[in-house]
Amino acid sequence: MSVDTDTVRRIARLARIAVTEDDVPHLQGELNAILAFVEQLSEVNVEGVEPMTSVTPMRIKTREDGVTDGDKAADIVANAPATEDDFFMVPKVVE
Amino acid sequence: MTDLTDLTLAEARAGLETKSFTARELTQAHLDAMGEARALNAYVLETPEKALAMADASDARLAKGEGGPLEGLPIGVKDLFCTEGVRSTACSKILGEFAPRYESTVTANLWRAGAVMLGKINCDEFAMGSSNETSAFGPVVSPWRRDGSDAKLVPGGSSGGSAAAVSARIALAATATDTGGSIRQPAAFTGTVGIKPTYGRCSRWGIVAFASSLDQAGPIAKTVEDAAMMLQAMSGPDAKDTTCADIPVPDYRAAVSRGVKGLKIGIPKEYRVDGMPAEIESLWQQGQDWLKAAGAEMVEISLPHTKYALPAYYIVAPAEASSNLARYDGVRYGLRVPGRDIVDMYEKTRAEGFGREVKRRVMIGTYVLSAGYYDAYYLRAQKIRTLIKRDFEEAYSAGVDAILTPATPSAAFGIGEKGSGDPVEMYLNDIFTVTVNMAGLPGISVPAGFDAQGLPLGLQLIGRAFDEETLFATGRVIEEAAGRVTYPQPWWS
Repeated sequence: MSVDTDTVRRIARLARIAVTEDDVPHLQGELNAILAFVEQLSEVNVEGVEPMTSVTPMRIKTREDGVTDGDKAADIVANAPATEDDFFMVPKVVE
Repeated sequence: MTDLTDLTLAEARAGLETKSFTARELTQAHLDAMGEARALNAYVLETPEKALAMADASDARLAKGEGGPLEGLPIGVKDLFCTEGVRSTACSKILGEFAPRYESTVTANLWRAGAVMLGKINCDEFAMGSSNETSAFGPVVSPWRRDGSDAKLVPGGSSGGSAAAVSARIALAATATDTGGSIRQPAAFTGTVGIKPTYGRCSRWGIVAFASSLDQAGPIAKTVEDAAMMLQAMSGPDAKDTTCADIPVPDYRAAVSRGVKGLKIGIPKEYRVDGMPAEIESLWQQGQDWLKAAGAEMVEISLPHTKYALPAYYIVAPAEASSNLARYDGVRYGLRVPGRDIVDMYEKTRAEGFGREVKRRVMIGTYVLSAGYYDAYYLRAQKIRTLIKRDFEEAYSAGVDAILTPATPSAAFGIGEKGSGDPVEMYLNDIFTVTVNMAGLPGISVPAGFDAQGLPLGLQLIGRAFDEETLFATGRVIEEAAGRVTYPQPWWS
């Protein structure tokens, strides 16, 4: 499979990465090189094979359902580019 | 007194114990050497004040007859590990001046063991690369050069700064991470020892995530024993990472001298790839001869799905990366580029903040997870991953204790030499290492010889899950047979 320039623009949009018209041709070339490389996977017979969900056989850990952390709003917003009263500030989302 | 920076971690710890020198002297010697070595670009942030304060605290503990296993030993930290109050960037512009309010579990474990932090070390952006050329801070220059040449070589990647720092003797050891070969390949390129432990051995908490089902932390060090000391301190259960194994960590350092008598070492025929340089082939044979002479038995094995590991990796890793990197949106930390609305802000921030390789992988990941393609790509790749793991399980259940392979298909290459036109050319560096991540197994790279131009080459040993001990024991036999590596004289100072 290979991608055309419209698909490159669509993927960029889904990935939330702005691309310029100049970027599109080389991105298309690079993405197609990778897709051509992974194409060989189609020759493997995967009939009846379970997809891997966990690389080591382990049970997911559980713990008591209690509050173990919190009360650190100032720490959480400390690195944000824009904050006000421990809130993250973003451009207007709803008109 | 010999130069303190020439010591191994074990020698330095012994010297502190006998009071031959202080932790402050040891740390200062490394800080001085770092100041002379800036041309290598191995550190992205030096933390001399913190280092000296930690060294003084170590000296105080040592004076009282206390001190942990790494007490007073100065090390470098790959910039992928979050360090409290110290800028942590994953070598990406998008994290800007991010200074975490918390410490990664692995580094916290190291400080608890007494280690001293020299600074934060360069790596490929978000650990995506095999040459350390994708870093927003620029490439790392390897301390190694070809005989009679002053061409700048890469130290490998993504933990290129860690490998360069250790072989340039500007850190006694360093933390690193490995998603597809990022510890073992740079170790092989620089004559250092690097181990990626079993998935789940080290907590991933506080390490900037790349591909969560593949990422593991591990050390790069000068010797097998040093790597064992480092991994011992780094590992262990952690309630903050649900994939971190609740298994006690064995005494790795004790395992180092265990020997290989009676061990069965698998030699996978699929690793004899087309176009493999004769030097790599003969290094591999040499490794087998050394292990045989030490009492191990070589058995030919088959890992039939080997060739599919790298392409499957280039679906799984970018897919997971595209999810993990969704958090970099200009809202919670790092860079924000203003836009006319929120989506425009996201898109501009990510366009400006991510480098080319990262964008490429996020886009591939987005594509293979998108509606209509998920089954054809991601699901198929995860099925192939099951087959890759099954290959290893069959070899181990047939009685093989460890598997010996080359670490890399070549020695280090020049800066700017690979991957500029076709990204796949760079990806092929990880052909021997990536299978190990796909199967979650431990793998170690040990220096084993040199190519015709005097550049180091490494051999890789792959172990059973949670059996790093056999890798240390076997790695030590190769290390002893090959002889201790003499690191390059500091042409950079």
